[in-house]
Amino acid sequence: MAFLRSRLFWIAAAVVVVAALLPFWVSIYLLSVLTAAYYFGVFAMAWDLLFGFAGEVNFGPTFLIGLGAYTAAILNSTVGLPIPLCVIAAALAAVVGGILLAVPALRLRGPYFGLVTLVAVLLLQNFVVIFASITGGEIGMTVPDVLSIDAGVNYWYALAFLVVCAALLFGLSRSAVGLILQASGQDAVEAAALGFNVTKHKIAAFCVSALFSGTAGAMLIFYMGTASVDTVVDIAIGVQIIIAAVLGGRRTIIGAALGAVFLILANEFLRPLGQLNTFVVAAIALAVILFFPEGLLGYALHRGERE
Amino acid sequence: MRAIQILVDGFAISSLYGLAAVGFTLIFGVSGVLNLAHGGIMVVAALVGWLAAGELGLGTYGGTLVGVLAGLATAYATYLVVVRPIQRSRAIRPEETEIFVLTGTLLWGIMIQGGMAYLFTDNPVTIRPLISGVVSVFGVRTPANEILIAVLAWAVIGLLWLLVNRTRTGKALLGASMNPRGVTLLGYELTQLYLVAWSIYGVLAGIAGVLLASFLGVSTTNAGQLTASAFSIVVLGGLGSVSGSLIAAYVVGYLETATAYLIAPTLRPIPSLILLVLVVYVRPQGFLGRR
Repeated sequence: MAFLRSRLFWIAAAVVVVAALLPFWVSIYLLSVLTAAYYFGVFAMAWDLLFGFAGEVNFGPTFLIGLGAYTAAILNSTVGLPIPLCVIAAALAAVVGGILLAVPALRLRGPYFGLVTLVAVLLLQNFVVIFASITGGEIGMTVPDVLSIDAGVNYWYALAFLVVCAALLFGLSRSAVGLILQASGQDAVEAAALGFNVTKHKIAAFCVSALFSGTAGAMLIFYMGTASVDTVVDIAIGVQIIIAAVLGGRRTIIGAALGAVFLILANEFLRPLGQLNTFVVAAIALAVILFFPEGLLGYALHRGERE
Repeated sequence: MRAIQILVDGFAISSLYGLAAVGFTLIFGVSGVLNLAHGGIMVVAALVGWLAAGELGLGTYGGTLVGVLAGLATAYATYLVVVRPIQRSRAIRPEETEIFVLTGTLLWGIMIQGGMAYLFTDNPVTIRPLISGVVSVFGVRTPANEILIAVLAWAVIGLLWLLVNRTRTGKALLGASMNPRGVTLLGYELTQLYLVAWSIYGVLAGIAGVLLASFLGVSTTNAGQLTASAFSIVVLGGLGSVSGSLIAAYVVGYLETATAYLIAPTLRPIPSLILLVLVVYVRPQGFLGRR
């Protein structure tokens, strides 16, 4: 196992190095697609922590992302706070929103919890439209500051952000806390009987998930220069995140990031199909769920273990 | 005057909500499946019905029939292609089946939506009213079609009630929702009961889809919203409880209509969403839920 883990580490390191060198020989178009895909990867990893480990289906990842993104956008455009402060405020806002949502919602089981998170997204979406004077409503708002106007620099920001988040979340998932979370997700009663405070751990998982989602949401809008319902709040985005995480492999964290990059690239390359694009992507994801329920990375890892 | 207007207008939309939600809750009660492709099935029925009624020249009634059949076929496909393989898969652990069914039907719903958008574009379609003319109800001018829709919806719900409570198969279905193992011991094949439940569901969702198309018009982009409203009505009423779903359908329908008339049409969905969150927190089993 130690060998496998170290081998995985070297593979990951090699992938990161190759990815970091991409700006020197890849077109700007592909770079910008990958930049968005990396932020998406962080969304998917944060979701996997909650679903794969804590066993809670959060249908509303975009509630947390949207809270972060809009907090950052509003602070930047109205008060004029610099980007780093906006990102920190976004992370805080997402965590506070996450706690407000999770503390009562975690009393609920399974589909009920999923429904509340779904409703949270719908409410946020409606409020963004109602308070259009501040949020720009359905059209969205422009953010005055951007991270950089250079595609390569933007790409490196995104890659560095993805790698740091992946390391933190992966480390967390392999720590004692991660194991307790996994136990609570699989058999809450037994985990509680072993003396672990299941609810506390799940709320902590929600906070961590919110922290990363909110930060990534803020980074994404500072990359794109705009914040709109369609890009950071809409349920369709949440669905894409869920597909990415399940596709890559649940309970793997890294798999979620790979799934997100795969999904965004697939979406981009299937674009010539026009409206059939979503159909094909959903069909691929459904086939993966039916035939490889552990996801692509989960399947690869298990084959590696068996050999 | 305005109160009567709300009462009359809210009634038709509420009975349609009820019709759609009853099928959803039936499937959950009998086989424990939350079908997130629900809106997709309604959209298929509406679009195929519209195509048959207009382009294929079958007229409104023929189109309605074809649309309902299309809904039925899609419901079967949902069960046979997505739900049953997941329930029978040995690679998926039993405690995770529910999550996989949710994700699987969600993806299936997106496939339906994407495929339909490709075939029919995402322009809204409207099936011609089943009957034309305007009737005055308590002094409110109401399209006759709206009244017919409410009547039809209730007739179908009445038929369903007779089917479930007065026939052998229906009683077996009821039994399966209470105690699946007990029903198996009595010699019923659960798989066949599930197929019966999905057939009923397909017909109900199909009728709801076609009627919605003749009342408000349907486009492929509505699929998600339709699933969400059926899901919330069913949770509000209590998962698996048919009468609870009907009550909840009226609560939501009237709340939405009243908000649209009295406050602002843009705020239409908000009060019912807030009510849903409150009910889920205070009484997670819903109005009439058993669990």
